[in-house]
Amino acid sequence: MTDRALLSHLGLLAVLFAAHWLLPAYHHDAVAKVLVLSVYAMGYNIAFGYTGMLSLGHALFFAAGLYGAAMPLTLWGWTGGTALAAGLVAGTAMAAAVGLLALRTRGVSFMIVTLMFAQAFYLTILYLGRWTRGDEGIVIAQPLRQVAGFDLSNGATRYLAALLLFALALLLCLRLVRAPFGRVMVAMRENEERARMLGYNPFTVKLAALTLSGLYSGAAGAAYALMFGYAGASLAGVQYSILPMLWVLLGGAGTVAGPFLGCLLMFYLIDYASALTSATLLVVGVALVALVLFAPKGALGALRERLGKEGRIWLP
Amino acid sequence: MDFGPLLLLAILEGTVTAAVLALTAVGLSLTFGIMRVVNVAHGEFFMLGAVLAWFVSQWFPDAPLLAFLLAMVICPLVVAGVAVLADVLILKRLNYEPEATIVATIGLLYIFQQAALSFFGPNARPVAPPFNFRVQLPWFGYSGYKLFVILAAGVLLLLVWLLIARTKIGLVMRATQIDRTTARAFGINVDRVYAMTFGIGAGLAAIAAVLVVPIQQAHYLMGGDPLLLSFIVVILGGLGTLRGTLIAALLIGLLDGLLSTAFFFPPTFAKIMATLLVALVLVFRPEGLFGRRTA
Repeated sequence: MTDRALLSHLGLLAVLFAAHWLLPAYHHDAVAKVLVLSVYAMGYNIAFGYTGMLSLGHALFFAAGLYGAAMPLTLWGWTGGTALAAGLVAGTAMAAAVGLLALRTRGVSFMIVTLMFAQAFYLTILYLGRWTRGDEGIVIAQPLRQVAGFDLSNGATRYLAALLLFALALLLCLRLVRAPFGRVMVAMRENEERARMLGYNPFTVKLAALTLSGLYSGAAGAAYALMFGYAGASLAGVQYSILPMLWVLLGGAGTVAGPFLGCLLMFYLIDYASALTSATLLVVGVALVALVLFAPKGALGALRERLGKEGRIWLP
Repeated sequence: MDFGPLLLLAILEGTVTAAVLALTAVGLSLTFGIMRVVNVAHGEFFMLGAVLAWFVSQWFPDAPLLAFLLAMVICPLVVAGVAVLADVLILKRLNYEPEATIVATIGLLYIFQQAALSFFGPNARPVAPPFNFRVQLPWFGYSGYKLFVILAAGVLLLLVWLLIARTKIGLVMRATQIDRTTARAFGINVDRVYAMTFGIGAGLAAIAAVLVVPIQQAHYLMGGDPLLLSFIVVILGGLGTLRGTLIAALLIGLLDGLLSTAFFFPPTFAKIMATLLVALVLVFRPEGLFGRRTA
């Protein structure tokens, strides 16, 4: 039996690997950034797309990873590898802590509570400006950005490292959503009461999903700090909670490759739009409104629906 | 200044903040209470009101009073019109589904911000107050305009209360809030009620902004603070209860005045504490401090 889902995702990774030699320098860097941000979007998708938790505070987990890596690196002289791990742990722990509190609420309250926690963290970053450098941000010097002997400030190394992280995240996500636990996550999204009746505890399932989502976001944040050498308060603001939602909606919520597709499309849409007009906020706003109005399932969601009608359901 | 007069000044400043906040938050509370819509773009309606007030003030640079009176009429009407359009063209077509409307109003937030940035520019711009006189107290002089803001907000809030509690329109709105299906069965045009509610909510934010803009300058990013504070007030007061909203606005406004004027707290630190506190209230007392515990 051929596993078409696995093959198609491996195919995507192969194309991205080939792109390493084919892309011109500007797009090479851009795609590396998209790959890292896609990991963040995949984390958001685990919470929102699969488990149905609409969070407006994911920038908290991303920023925890970002500063969790950047501050030990610049202030306390940790090595790149340990700083990366610290960022990962920071993102995961932050998600678990927020989940313990915020998951007592649901729906609109959950959204507002996560928004407020993220806002409090953003303000804390500004308040502790002596260490975090606030709006100006921490610039990580090139010699510090080494992990296990690889120099992540080098463009080629950075692309391959980003692709490695992306590949791990993608395959883990694919494995997860096809495992029994992934099905339970979807059950929480579709009908929490029915899932509870079947003997699953919604709180623990959602907490586990949110923590995993925090791990993805923290990993993306830590990788961002090391690869692009910058950690600033603007990356912790509300906008960075909304962007992953936009990417996920565009690519297709509840699909494994959707977050990457959405992130890639949005990145180039803004890139081209900014050449024509300075109204980039308008692009984001119109995209959000148009998506909920006309394409609530996103690109891959619509594709899955069509394939499903023909009886060929294989796009997880 | 001695502590007594300083406290009086802090209370005055706090009441001004509370008055403006109450108007804005009542608008948010109405849309949430009646339509169950979380309007993330509410702060941008506030911002649009302020920006439009600046444009109106540019038509009559020599007659600030006339410009102010015109702005008090034009700005809420225009903003309410924009809101009604947004409701009919977008929110209604989403069937007011909570998650979809949140995403859509986030989209609107960016569209309004960009519109203000493109047509109004990135700079903060002042609007002249309609009149200049100082009320001379024994210890300090106080701006007469600020006292007028308190008075005007009080009158407007009273009008809103009369509208909801004493008129047929208010009755229809309350009926829709309690049960929209039954209301429809009794021949109430729920779509029109929703459009009107969304318009009134946005108009209240706009009129609050017209009042505040001679004190605080107009800026395209000024919507963030009123949005967050209104959320805080509406949640503390119990989602969808007008009286709770008013009490909470007074509480937050006075607290803000006291902390920033009398005790010189760093504002960022106060904001962090307030934000965390409200998040925890929502976690442990989801019905708000003054709300009734309901199913």
